[in-house]
Amino acid sequence: MADVKKLLKEYEHKLPPSILLDLEKSLPEKITPARLKKIFERVYQEYITSVAEPGEAVGLVCAESIGEPGTQMTLNTFHFAGVSEMNVTTGLPRLIEILDGRKEISTEMMEIYLNDPFNKGKDIKKIAESLKETKFDEFISEASIDIAQLTMEIKLDSRKLEALNFEPEKLIKILQKSVKACSFKLEGDKLIVKMSEKDENINDLYKFKEKIKLVYVHGIKGIRQVLPVKRGEEYLIVTLGSNLKDVFKLEVVDTTRTRTNNIFETNKVLGIEAARAIIIDELYKVIQAQGLNVDIRHIMLVADTMCMGGKVSGINRYGIVKDKSSVLARASFETPIRHIMDSAMMGDRDKLSSVIENVMLNQVVPVGTGLPGLVTKVK
Amino acid sequence: MDEHVHKKVEIIEFGMMSPKFIKELASAKIVTPELYDKEGYPVDGGLMDVRLGVIDPGLKCKTCGSKLKECIGHFGYIELARPIIHIKFISVILDLLRCSCKQCGRVLIPDDKIKKAMNVLEKISLNFGVTERRGQVKEIITSLKTVSKCPHCNAKQSKVTLEKPSTFLEDEKRLSPIEVRARLERISDSDLKIFGIRPDSMRPEWAVLTVLPIPPVTMRPSITLESGERSEDDLTHKLGDIVRINQRLFENINAGAPEIIIEDLWDLLQYHITTFFDNEIAQLPPARHRSGQPLKTISARISSKEGRIRHNLAGKRTNFSARTVISPDPRLNINEVGVPKVIAMKLTVPERVTEWNLKFLKQFIQNGPKEYPGSNYVIRPDGRRKRITDETKEQLLEELEPGFIVERHLMDGDISIFNRQPSLHRMSMMCHRIRVLPGLTLRLNPAVCAPYNADFDGDEMNLHIPQTEEARAEAEILMEVQTQIISPRYGLSIIACKQDSISGNYVLTRNVDIPHSEAIDLLSYAGATDFSGLAKKEKHSGKEIFSALLPKDFNFIGKTKSGDPVIIKNGTIIEGYMDSANLGEGSGLLLRNLHKQYGEKAIIELLGNFNRLGIAALLKYGFSSLINDTDLSETARKEVDTVLSDAMKKVEKYIKEFEKGTLELLPGRSLVETLEVRILESLNKARNESGEIVAQNAPQGSDTMTMVKSGARGNLINLAQISACVGQQALRGGRIATGFKERTLSCFKKGDLGSAARGFIVNGFKSGLKPHELFFMAMTGRDSMMDTALRTPKSGYLYRRLANALQDVKIEYDFTVRDSAKRIIQFSYGEDGMDVSKSEGGTINVKKIIELTE
Repeated sequence: MADVKKLLKEYEHKLPPSILLDLEKSLPEKITPARLKKIFERVYQEYITSVAEPGEAVGLVCAESIGEPGTQMTLNTFHFAGVSEMNVTTGLPRLIEILDGRKEISTEMMEIYLNDPFNKGKDIKKIAESLKETKFDEFISEASIDIAQLTMEIKLDSRKLEALNFEPEKLIKILQKSVKACSFKLEGDKLIVKMSEKDENINDLYKFKEKIKLVYVHGIKGIRQVLPVKRGEEYLIVTLGSNLKDVFKLEVVDTTRTRTNNIFETNKVLGIEAARAIIIDELYKVIQAQGLNVDIRHIMLVADTMCMGGKVSGINRYGIVKDKSSVLARASFETPIRHIMDSAMMGDRDKLSSVIENVMLNQVVPVGTGLPGLVTKVK
Repeated sequence: MDEHVHKKVEIIEFGMMSPKFIKELASAKIVTPELYDKEGYPVDGGLMDVRLGVIDPGLKCKTCGSKLKECIGHFGYIELARPIIHIKFISVILDLLRCSCKQCGRVLIPDDKIKKAMNVLEKISLNFGVTERRGQVKEIITSLKTVSKCPHCNAKQSKVTLEKPSTFLEDEKRLSPIEVRARLERISDSDLKIFGIRPDSMRPEWAVLTVLPIPPVTMRPSITLESGERSEDDLTHKLGDIVRINQRLFENINAGAPEIIIEDLWDLLQYHITTFFDNEIAQLPPARHRSGQPLKTISARISSKEGRIRHNLAGKRTNFSARTVISPDPRLNINEVGVPKVIAMKLTVPERVTEWNLKFLKQFIQNGPKEYPGSNYVIRPDGRRKRITDETKEQLLEELEPGFIVERHLMDGDISIFNRQPSLHRMSMMCHRIRVLPGLTLRLNPAVCAPYNADFDGDEMNLHIPQTEEARAEAEILMEVQTQIISPRYGLSIIACKQDSISGNYVLTRNVDIPHSEAIDLLSYAGATDFSGLAKKEKHSGKEIFSALLPKDFNFIGKTKSGDPVIIKNGTIIEGYMDSANLGEGSGLLLRNLHKQYGEKAIIELLGNFNRLGIAALLKYGFSSLINDTDLSETARKEVDTVLSDAMKKVEKYIKEFEKGTLELLPGRSLVETLEVRILESLNKARNESGEIVAQNAPQGSDTMTMVKSGARGNLINLAQISACVGQQALRGGRIATGFKERTLSCFKKGDLGSAARGFIVNGFKSGLKPHELFFMAMTGRDSMMDTALRTPKSGYLYRRLANALQDVKIEYDFTVRDSAKRIIQFSYGEDGMDVSKSEGGTINVKKIIELTE
């Protein structure tokens, strides 16, 4: 074993960690030092031959590898995966959404992992239900307006109250906090709402009725739908809508694994590295779901490019393309006039260090075989 | 010899032309809107002045003395009677006017705060851009509350507004461009830096034009119509307007005309110059032709896909290329392309004459352009191109000596680049060897259809002939088909066997006994020359024949499509058979391992041989797909019918439960959703079950089943749809929805939730569809057509954005991944630096290496 450790140390800077780990795992128990050395030597040789060469236009290969299968994807937005899963945006629209770096995404989702013992299924339904954002209208079983008295009679849903362990008094307290200019009175299971004297107008009352329905009462804001799911041995909660910050505050939640599919939210709460991981994850999921095969390296490169600036920038003229150093490269993408005008004002210099400018000028592009130069002494 | 001057542009600096520069640059002052005189000769000082360049053959440029195509043209200029605001700088001018003192021209920030402001601004322009930077200047001034009073000279400031498109107002009073210009002049160089303007590349007053450069005639050539009439370019028309109004304005000013007339003319001139720069300004009516179609002026020429940048600069046209319909030819090598003789005699390869090939090349000249293989042109050392004709042939033959270049016809083995649009990945342009063939189409081996995404229903492809030694070398080394076999997208073979070759090899390797002589026949058809792999015995199994093609020391363990093991030891198939999992595109490691172990040259030969062997096997034993291959036996038909009717009953049961409200809810679903899910579930189950029945009952030995089983073409669902039941038609993620009147079609009852009323097709394609079934199928068919039509531009745009964003990302010599500004994106490519196409799907097979050292 000592030999293995020594060799692992020796090759630490020659081989990437993933291969070393693989090696350590798959080496047989009993092995002669000579053979061990041979194995390491072979692996190193193999690695050297499969390293990407300097000058390789990996960016373009990456764009091709994602762009080409894009033509084979479906536009079909919704997708049922099994019976109990939810409708999620997939396919090309989702791919575009991720790469655009959009702040608002079409279906926000969270996967909430729970701590022991809740991940074994303890109280799972109750926890799930308590997460869901509940508005006042869910407590209403009947609501009517008394025109003569200018009051509103609301019959409360006792089942809902019970499910969430809510006293009517508590409900009134919450209501009073968020809606002013009215008074609440409890009569049996009915709630009498009277508006303060100033606005004695039926129209206002109707408007008020709609308004009071939307008062936030309980749960986590933004979580619209919850679904407990059993994945493997473990129970977790899948939600529609997302609020990472508030979910993390709950004690039952395993914050190390709970995730959202919103890249911007992840960036805000957990930072850019987490956002990068989510981009990779989400892109990979979309591509896999379409039955396409794209190497993870290409996806990593896009994610890294998007996150390079320390913030999530999309692949469009407001994001990555704007950060390009070359004026002509920017101009050749979109809004050329604006770029040229701005550069004229700033006295920009284009050092012709990327591909497209050199194509324009009929010069050798500085990638691949165009990269190396020849240095020679002139006599 | 043609003299090449090799210079490299290192840097391009952008800036604005000063009035002085414009005058220095100009070779003519334009004073009259007239174009030609009575004889049709260009007027001196007119817009088509001969000093501005030549567009007529035979004439010489008066400025540089060069002929047509040699003279690139020269600018002229006009002196504007009154200053005109450049429309594209309007927002900059507005910002500058608002943020600087109208008296002293200083920026409205106190001196002691400027330094602090600069720090903030530098950051903003770095992170967002200049436009945002100017916005920030405005914000700083508002926050410092110096908007109404200059902190330097205490002058009172008034509010400047812009009345679109190009009029400035100060306190509701009009600010003339003369005044604007005067104010801009007062802004000092050091203050300009605050706004992010570099004073040595642009002074703001230059944005108020006093002289206008007139572009050379070469960029606005006139066309002579068939009738002999001259039709001028849009730009010339616009310039004509400008010059005419400018002259009128001059005359009126000199004649002392009333102010109101001068103002009107001034506005008109402003309009013309604005539309000269950009004819798509929101508030302005675009200038039009007499026919009503808008003029295409400078902005429109530059921008958009058809503009100068994307159409002419980033994309270029090429000579030495050909395009026709393609057709398959499995007898060609994978790295060959069959070229029709007519094309081979038009496209040429330049070949430099040396002492050693003089005699060889003379033969080509002797043959001339009409006989193959001949040559079309000879290029003399002085760069003159001579066409070979019967008249010139003798002379050219005589004077031919080393240093000449002969452009000879294409011959077998020449390098070419073959391409099919859309060129979505690098395998869409590969280098093939020329093979001159009779016929009129370009021919390719069907194995390379996959990377090109080509079929033969009328597809056309392009062929390019590299003309220099460097280009040929790069094409050969970097682009030839064998170098592209492993796709960089997923690290597996993208060039592989297809269709017939897969089913052929499947048939062959599944226990066929073949006499020795026939085996030799097959192998020689496949292209093998070495038959030592075949043991000397009377009968061979198909596996042995296939094995004879494999290298002797090849070991492989894999799986077939159905999961059976495939073991190849020392170049012989010990167990298993060949199917699409091992020979097909994008699957299995067989081809990948062969490529890795034996290299590019070997794989091209092996793959070609596999292909031809499969086809040979089919040729020998016959292979046809019959309609009655999909016939169902009486019992199977009954089984399918019971499965389907059971499913119907189940659906009806669900509907009854739904109507009673006793249907058990699925978690997180409403009652209606639950019903839909349940129905879809049972109907899909029925379709799959009937598919299985079909698969079990189909005649096993039939060629249709062989195709399905080998993975060459078709699958079980296809079979089931033909003979049993087409199944549920899905539209927008569910069953076909009711329209306005609670039903899908008028042949159903209102509110019918049953399977037939919502798009379940009970019949198979062979038995034929009922009218309503056909209608439902047409619905989904149209939906999928729309999907394709909408997807193509969407994904195309996504691809363009990706390619534009990532095109300059490359691996540097220190193995970091960086962009063109040398900013690090990854420290090691893909976290381990490995190339996908060079490794086994991006990993090194450590276990295999450990095993090998045993």
